Order: sequence, then structure tokens, then C-alpha cells
Amino acid sequence: MMTTETVNVQDEKKSAFLGSISSAFQGAETYATLRKSAWDTLSKFAIPGTKTEAWKYTRVGKVINHSWMKSHGNSQINLPEIAIGGLRYVFVDGLFRADLSDELTYPGLNIRRTGENAENNLLGTLSNHQGDWFEALNAAFFNDGLVIEVDKNAQIDRPVHLVFFTSEENTASFSRNVLSLQESSSLHVFTHYIGSEHSTFSSVVTEAFVGKNAALKIDKIQEGNETAFHHVDWTKQDRDSRFDITTVTLKSSWVRNDLNIRVAGENCHSSLTGAYLPSGKEHVDNHTMVDHMVPNCESDEKYKGIVRENATAVFNGKVFVRPDAQKTNAFQQNANIVLDDTATMFSKPELEIYADDVKCSHGSTTGQFDEEAVFYLRARGIGEVMARKLLVEAFLADVITTLSDERLQTYCTEKIQQLMHS
Amino acid sequence: MAYAGDDELLEHVTGKEYEFGFTTNIESDKAPPGLNEGTIRLISQKKNEPEWLLEWRLEAFRIWSEMVEPEWAHVQYEKPDFQAISYYSAPKKKAQLNSLDEVDPELRRTMEKLGISMEEQKRLSGVAVDFVLDSVSVATSFKEKLGELGIIFCSMSDAVQEHPELVKKYLGSVVPKTDNFYAALNSAVFTDGSFCYIPKGVRCPMELSTYFRINEAGTGQFERTLVIADESSYVSYLEGCTAPSRDENQLHAAVVELIALDHAEIKYSTVQNWYPGDENGKGGVFNFVTKRGICHLRSKISWTQVETGSAITWKYPSCILKGDHSVGEFYSVAVTNKRQQADTGTKMIHIGKNTNSTIISKGISSGYSQNSYRGLVQINKSAKNARNFSQCDSLLMTDHCGAHTFPYIEVKNSSAKVEHEATTSKIGEDQIFYCLQRGISEEKAISLIVNGYAKDVLNKLPMEFAVEAQKLLAISLEGSVG
Repeated sequence: MMTTETVNVQDEKKSAFLGSISSAFQGAETYATLRKSAWDTLSKFAIPGTKTEAWKYTRVGKVINHSWMKSHGNSQINLPEIAIGGLRYVFVDGLFRADLSDELTYPGLNIRRTGENAENNLLGTLSNHQGDWFEALNAAFFNDGLVIEVDKNAQIDRPVHLVFFTSEENTASFSRNVLSLQESSSLHVFTHYIGSEHSTFSSVVTEAFVGKNAALKIDKIQEGNETAFHHVDWTKQDRDSRFDITTVTLKSSWVRNDLNIRVAGENCHSSLTGAYLPSGKEHVDNHTMVDHMVPNCESDEKYKGIVRENATAVFNGKVFVRPDAQKTNAFQQNANIVLDDTATMFSKPELEIYADDVKCSHGSTTGQFDEEAVFYLRARGIGEVMARKLLVEAFLADVITTLSDERLQTYCTEKIQQLMHS
Repeated sequence: MAYAGDDELLEHVTGKEYEFGFTTNIESDKAPPGLNEGTIRLISQKKNEPEWLLEWRLEAFRIWSEMVEPEWAHVQYEKPDFQAISYYSAPKKKAQLNSLDEVDPELRRTMEKLGISMEEQKRLSGVAVDFVLDSVSVATSFKEKLGELGIIFCSMSDAVQEHPELVKKYLGSVVPKTDNFYAALNSAVFTDGSFCYIPKGVRCPMELSTYFRINEAGTGQFERTLVIADESSYVSYLEGCTAPSRDENQLHAAVVELIALDHAEIKYSTVQNWYPGDENGKGGVFNFVTKRGICHLRSKISWTQVETGSAITWKYPSCILKGDHSVGEFYSVAVTNKRQQADTGTKMIHIGKNTNSTIISKGISSGYSQNSYRGLVQINKSAKNARNFSQCDSLLMTDHCGAHTFPYIEVKNSSAKVEHEATTSKIGEDQIFYCLQRGISEEKAISLIVNGYAKDVLNKLPMEFAVEAQKLLAISLEGSVG
């Protein structure tokens, strides 16, 4: 039971944190209703802690016990070399940088900055931060982002390449994106989150609306270094649509990913894959939720991770099947390798099912590299280091190969090998 | 695919009254409702308890008063009013009995209705039955035979009088007073329960069995069970229950503690069939139980449960695998029907090296019920080479019910192997069709399929129980495909 004293400490912490954030991020006039309700959530609910089921395994001190500033967004940065021939749009410390980005026009696409001209009427409809404190934080303070609309029947041949950079020390950034795919359109989005060596906090909420018969693919690569990431993706699927998302967390001191999919139309396919390999004192928390609201849909989830040194990884996936969602076919898999006794893995795959004619299953494993496989390779003249390299590659391969572009796959594989052998 | 006569069948089954719904009119010595220090002193005084136990109870009461009722379980119910419950009730006609003839005829009829007629039990199965009716043991059989081996099997109240050193040493050692809301409540007000001690190197020659039964209207049952298996001993313990049909909710907050010392083995089996409430969810027993065992070096604890009753079940038989090479097992079949809600599972806490645990959970939901598996597998840093395998399957019978799986897997060790898998599906229509084609009626087909589905668990039950459990499953589910 909480004593009055701890409540007060909590309250003080909260008001100090909110006070410093709001003085740094004041002045946003758009989305008044959304911000007001976000403020209600922020003031009404306590900062998530061990007693909050959804945040049970993740300590938020790294974000909360810090006084964050707002960046001017004009620092000099070196863009990463990775190029996939996409339409590149760059954000630095949460602010759009036209000087580093391509034109906001492309046939079939309608791109503008969040809050520019008129308020987007889709923004805030999925992420309504009911009860989630950190989502409310984003809603209250976001000041930039992109709204990308895809015209009906448009098959966009170039990927949209979003880069979210954080650079300036002690800065927080709050961005908000909307992706809206009209009927029978398709789009591939590659989001690259790049943190810095300095303490920074990056909060990005993306709401995606996948129209009838449309297909959306999102590839997410997170390289955070000292940056704390809080990334929320909300997706609503209309009938006959397809949504695929791959999240690769290469390195970051603190990561919390929330991925929520609302399957609202029949005959949809959703696929969620993820890989993570925290080391040092890193913390990676992947939360996913697939809400099957209607019949005849399928979802497939696969998250794999290697946890080393003093790192902690959390996987909490939920498949929710509503009473009407008959003939749902949902699969969920989480596989982990724990390499050190100081590393910790928390896995919580959940099924919550209210319909009877369904096939839902999940599996979770935590173990080590198969020493017999290492032996097999060594017996064939492959050195131990190389053998383990191969096994890491093989273990993560079924996630990495879901990245849509070969260049991304190569990039990740190389990075993973570097990280594993640094 | 629909079958002719489905509706009729459904109506027949859902309309079925609770088979064991009857009450026994036995005069009882009952405390007025309400809970305060006075009530606890009264219980302690009535039971002629030593001072340390009274202090222990009062301490638990103080802890409980500061606790909040937990709400995290996936169940919804109206919280019991703890001041409206009578915390003590004992049948008045208590006497030392040597043979069945001395048992109150009313009681014997009750037992016969339950199908556990003692003569038969004695003759056929060699089971010693410690029959608990409203908190106080009334008859104990085979006690002398067990006594020869040095086995102590008696009611908790007797144990407090006769073996206070054992009770003092082990009571609350696995489930401390501070453990949770209901364990604290139980520690404060427990009235009776079973006590079992198996001495070093003794293999208990028969299944020890206790039938619990909630009887007096408005009395909660606060049983306290303590099973101690001393070094290199073995015991198989059975617990089973049915309760009469009632309108008001009855609270059952038992605590079971198992202690398996070095090289010992305890097998604890439960068949639970308390009144589940009517089809509108009215009435029924609230079953908030804390069951936990601790395993020392190379010892083994095995929990097997068949849960078909209770309106609300909140139960996690757990194993603390403290000793190296110790083994924990959990086998469960949980059936929910009508408006029943069950949130049940286990906790396997691996501390010792080379510890091994297995979890097999089979959930079956029907009617408008909600059935959840919630389990924790925790591998601590010290648990080198720990191994866990979990399998949690759910079977759905109608489209109004729910089946949920909430596993928590926490691994802090690089040599541990943890596997968990769960599936949720509908009862196979093709299987039913196959049976129907071969002239097996739908009811029988379902019983066959469900029993096959739960076979892994039923196989773990002692013979006498397995038969009863199979019948229970069939009764609970016949024809409930919607």
C-alpha cells in the first residue's frame, strides 16, 4: 500500500518534471482539445511505475529524473550513409529540416507537416492516450511531424525514408506523424531513429490508417546510443488490407516501443517482427497489442532478442480477440538468448480471447546458443568466433529478412556483427 | 456447423441444477458476524490455543487491516463484506469417535450424498479420510495405522495442542502473514485445517485425503493446511470439495503450505467442485486461495488440480525451488461454465542449481465464463542450468466465453532453458463429427474429447480421484457446445 509520503514524493517528481517540460515546450496552439485531454491524463495519473502493469519491468527514472530542454533544431549533423533511394525527410531534435530533406511533393502523395495549415482530423483518433501517461506526454507537447497521405490506387514506387536525429545534449523532442493510405494504395516507410552520444529523449507517436485493400510496410531501425526512445505506433486496418512492421533495435540506452494494431476490417493480414540485442546497461521494452475486432483476419508476430552483459529486455505481446472476431488466426512467438548471468529477460506473451472459433497460439523460449551447433561448425574448420557470428546471424535472420530492402538487411546484419563483437 | 438438437442440449445442460446442492442441518456453535481483535481472541480461546499463536494471529490481523484487496486478477465480482462474515462455526456434537457408527447420522447422510461413503472408501481404496465439516474435523480414520509409522495426520487444532513445536516452526514459513491480502486474513482467523507430518525416510502407504465442505450459511472457510515431508519421505495428499447450493456468496480463503525437506516428495492433488452460482452468476463460492510449497535439496513437489466449481477462483499453487536439483510440477484442468470466472495458474521460483519445473495447464471455457491462466516462471541468478517447460492450452466451447493466457517469464541466468507454449482453439468439430458417425452421441463425444484433451493432467491424479474427476468433467461440460 502506498503511504502518503510516497505519494507526495511521486507528486513532487511529477510536477517538477512536467513543470520543466512545459516551460520548455510552451506555445503550441494547435490541437487544443487533444492537448487538454492529454493534460488531464498527465495530471490525473501517476507516473508509471512497478505497480503499473504495462510498465512493470521498465523503470522510467532515466526520462523522469531529468530536466529536458527544447532544441533549436539547427545543429550540424552528418547524415548516415544508408541510402535506399527513398524520399528522405529529416528531423533533427524533433524539428523538420527542409535543408536536409527532399521536396514535400511526390506523385500520389500528399505530404505536409503536422499542424501546418489545418489540423489533421485523424491525428489523435487512435492514440487517445487513455491512461497511458507517456503517450499523453507526447500529445501534450508534440511540435512537429509529418502527415503523409497516399492517394487512392497509388502504388508509391519510392520508399519514404524518415530520419529522426537527436543531437543536442539534454534536449527532448516530441514528434507526431500520421500515415493515411487510401483504398488500394501501397507504401513502404523506412524510419531511422538515430540518437546521440549525449543524453537526449525522443518521443515519436505515429498513427497509421491503412485503407481498404491497401498495404503498408514500415521498417524501423533504432540506434540510440545515449538517447532514450519512446516510440508508439498505432495502426488501424480497414478490410482486405495488409500491414507489416519490422522493428530492429540495434543500440539504445533506454527503449520503450508500443505497437498497437487495431484490425477493424475483415480479411486483413498483420505481421509484426522485431529484433533486439541490448548490451551494457541498456534496456529494451517491446510492447505489442493486436486487437482483432472483426472475423477472418490473421496476425503473425515474431520477436527475437539476444540479451548480454547487464542489459534487460522486455517483451510483452498481447493478442486480443473480441467476441465477434471468429475465424481469427493469430500467432505469436518470442525467442530469446541470454548470454550473461547479469542479463535479464522478461517475457510476457499474452492471449485474451473472447471468441470460440479461433486458432491462437503463442510460444516463448529463453535459452542459449546451441553448443552442439557450435561444435558442428567447429568440427568443419570454422573458428569459434566465426561460428558464433553465423549462429547470431541465423538466429536473427527470420526477423532481419523481413526488412523490405536488401540494403537495410545488409546494414542491420553488419551492425549486429559489429555490436556482438565489440 | 450446427447439430440438430443443439439448443435442446444446451438448455438441458445449462438448466441443470447443481447436483450436490443440499444443506445439512447440524446445530452449530457460531460466532456473531464481524471481524476485530475480539473475534480473533474468541477463536483462539475457543480453540484453547497457546499464547504465541494468538499473538501471531493478532499480528496478521494488524497487517491485514493495512492491506488493500488486490484487483489485478482478470475477474470481476462484488467484494465481500468482511464484517458480515461469521468467523467461527463448529458443529456442536463433537465427540471422540472410534468407529463410523458414532458419527452423527445427519453427517453420514451428507457423506453418502457426496459419494464418499466412508465404509466404501475404507474397503475399496484404503484412503484415510479426514472429513472437515464447517471448519472442525469430525472424523478421522486410519489414524492409528498411520501412527504406527510415526505419521501425524490430524486437524490443525489438534496439531496445535499435540505438536506445537512443529506447528510453530513451520506455520507461515512458506506463506508468511505478509504475503497477500487473503493469506493475512487467513492467518488471522483460520479455524481449522489439516496437518500432516511424515517422518524421515517414511513412505506414506496410503493416499491422505481431506474432504472440505462449506456448510453453515454465511460462514467463510479459512482453512490452514500444513504438510511437512521430512527427509527422504513421500506423501500423496488429496483434497476435494463440493458445497451446497446457496444464494449468498461464500468466501473461501485457504492457505496451504507444503514443506519438502531434502530428498522428500509431496504430491498434492485437488478436486474442487464448490457451488459455481446459477446461470445468472448469482451466488457461488469465492475461492481465494494461497497454496505454496518449498523444495529443499533434491526434493519434489507436484501439484495437480481439477477445478470445476466456484464462482470466482483465484488460485496459484506455487513452488519455491530452493534446493539444488529440486523439481516442481503443476498440472491443472480448469473448467468454467455459466458465469464462472477463474484466474488460476502457478509460480515456479527457481533458486537452486539444476532445478526443473513443468507446467501443464488445460483450460476449458463454456457458457459465459472467463478462464485465465496466469503463471510466473522466475529463474534467478543462482539457478544454474534451471529448466522449465510450460504448456497452456485453452478450449473454447461457446462464443460468449473467454480464454486468456498471461504468462510471466523472468530469466536472470545465462544457463537457463525456458519454454512456454500456449494454444487456444475451439473443440474440434471434425472430431465430434467422427464420433457421431460412429454412433457415439454428442454428449459422449464431448466427454470423450474433453477427457482426452485433459488426459495429461488426469493421468497425474491418484486412481480414486481420477475416476471422480472424469465424471466431474463430463457433468460440467456435457453437450455444452454452442
